[in-house]
Amino acid sequence: MSIKVDLEKCTGCGFCVNYCPFDAISMRSRQEDSLPASRFRRYAKIEDSCNLCGACIDSCPLHAISMERAEKKERVPLKDYKDLWVFAEQREGKIEEVSYELLGKGRELADKRGCSLVAVLLGDDISSEAEKLIHAGADKVFFIEDPLLANFTDEPYTQALSWLIEEEKPEIILMGATTIGRAFASRVAAKIWTGLTADCTELDIDTERGLLLQTRPAFGGNIMATILTEHNRPQMATVRYKVFKPLKSDPSRKGEVIEKKYPGKLSSRTSILEIIKDTTQEINLSEADIIVAGGRGLGKPENFKLVEELAQALGGAVGASRAAVDADWIPYAHQVGQTGRTVAPKLYIALGISGAIQHQVGMRSAGTIIAINKDPHAPIFNIANYGIVGDVFEVVPALIRELKK
Amino acid sequence: MKIVVCIKQVPDTTEVRINPKTNTLIREGVESIINPFDLNALEEGLRIKEKMNGELIALSMGPPQAESALKEAIALGCDSGILLTDRAFAGADTWATSYTLSRGIRRIGEVDLIICGKQAIDGDTAQVGPSIAEMLDIPCITYVRKIEEIDKSNIKAQRMMEGGYHLLESSLPALITVVKEINEPRLPSLRGKMRARKEEIIKYSAADIVCEIDSIGQMGSPTVVEKIFAPPVRDKGTMIKGEPSEAAAKLVSELKEKGVLL
Repeated sequence: MSIKVDLEKCTGCGFCVNYCPFDAISMRSRQEDSLPASRFRRYAKIEDSCNLCGACIDSCPLHAISMERAEKKERVPLKDYKDLWVFAEQREGKIEEVSYELLGKGRELADKRGCSLVAVLLGDDISSEAEKLIHAGADKVFFIEDPLLANFTDEPYTQALSWLIEEEKPEIILMGATTIGRAFASRVAAKIWTGLTADCTELDIDTERGLLLQTRPAFGGNIMATILTEHNRPQMATVRYKVFKPLKSDPSRKGEVIEKKYPGKLSSRTSILEIIKDTTQEINLSEADIIVAGGRGLGKPENFKLVEELAQALGGAVGASRAAVDADWIPYAHQVGQTGRTVAPKLYIALGISGAIQHQVGMRSAGTIIAINKDPHAPIFNIANYGIVGDVFEVVPALIRELKK
Repeated sequence: MKIVVCIKQVPDTTEVRINPKTNTLIREGVESIINPFDLNALEEGLRIKEKMNGELIALSMGPPQAESALKEAIALGCDSGILLTDRAFAGADTWATSYTLSRGIRRIGEVDLIICGKQAIDGDTAQVGPSIAEMLDIPCITYVRKIEEIDKSNIKAQRMMEGGYHLLESSLPALITVVKEINEPRLPSLRGKMRARKEEIIKYSAADIVCEIDSIGQMGSPTVVEKIFAPPVRDKGTMIKGEPSEAAAKLVSELKEKGVLL
């Protein structure tokens, strides 16, 4: 498995060099590298830092670059695996909204694949939640109850789900890309040796090959990649909050609810000593439909109240740029951007945020973006649907008055 | 106490773009940096090492150039740097990367604590940390924002959650992944830089870490990239002009018209 440059076709034009995200192509002299003489003095050499991403293949105007892949074999008999599972994540007995969103998308995918949609619920004394999952689109619910499953720690959760996967052999598993889901999905995929794609923003079925097409942003959202798990099963993917829509709960929907008993004894070397809720975070940023965020342009901590007031008037959550967090105006939990949280609300209002690329990465998939900033050249205006150039201390109070009308 | 910090050399991702016409990547002078969250992991490792008189090893998988990231780790105060480098490692997804790193850690021997950044900024998956823990069969605490207590056999740490945090206790050996909030990374000292210049980076190949050849690199990777493409382009936005009250009124009516606000 490697990238090959056809030396007869390569003219040494150097086109590919700039397309390599890993800086792994260099232009070399044929003579110095003792290659056969050619009319072209230089050639493209693939260096050891090549990551086999394949970006160069399409960049070559002469089609001189190709990828040699080793044939991989099925790791498991693929035909034994069927059905689409959604992990129904619960916290203190309540199912996370993202799980319902996944059931909404899962319904569509299961119908396209012609298979059943199954919700899997792990917890303690949680069977009463199962009906809700049926109403939200599931054909079947598997649940496992154990005191060690009441709250998430990674070991017992991984033991329970990996066992169930081996028993029931699902073809696809979707999980929420929550703090729990990310750690849990990784551990399960590691244990059973299968592919896992994080933060998918689009999912589809390739009906011909029967594969899950998993599309996700890469390189900070500048590039999209579609990823496949061809030879391992199940095909696993995580999805963030608010990417897909839940179905309307339909109490007339019927389905099977099946209790599964883990055959051994679950164990954990980690224990939860305390669960602390952050009361400054009334609304969870990842789940919020509306976010009002403030940045350096607010000038001082007292002025951050303006952000809170507008958020309150809209029933939204409060976000912040890194500058505001670094200045200690607001806790880190509110930070949006590359080193903070990634959010995708329906409405994002940026107040006094210039919109450095690191901030944009965390919020540019919002439905509608509004920017209010004094500087007409602030980069935030490049991605805003609506922009107002003006003083936030004048515009925001006017906005609040307008909203209260 | 022996601590391993896993670090990754990444391109400064915000510079990598795609040409929407040709569907190919454009890289303009992208520099390689240590993944920012891994700097927090290194800092936390250094603090524990200093407090408990431990040994701190920086570990990375990558091409020979990744040596410079490990030199930087030594300049910050790590005792040694190990680079897992072999052509056979190329093209690894998170599964094969985790497998390779876990074999590298086995090679180091008895390790009490492994620290990773919460995720790398080029892939943003947050999958490698917990996967290494599973492959080594040790407990894992992700998204750690504070270590409250640590001794030879236990760790007590705060795991950041949506809307709060959990206080967890785990036996050692264990793996933790850290968020930016946990600390403020230090800068390398002049003495550290001098030492880094002299210190040899240890290099292990696939044969050195005794791994299954079909479990590493592209061969060991369950996922393949089918295609890459440019994200949909955002429409050019509307600038709303006028006095503050006028602009506010226009904006609200526009949002109501578009159904963004009810």
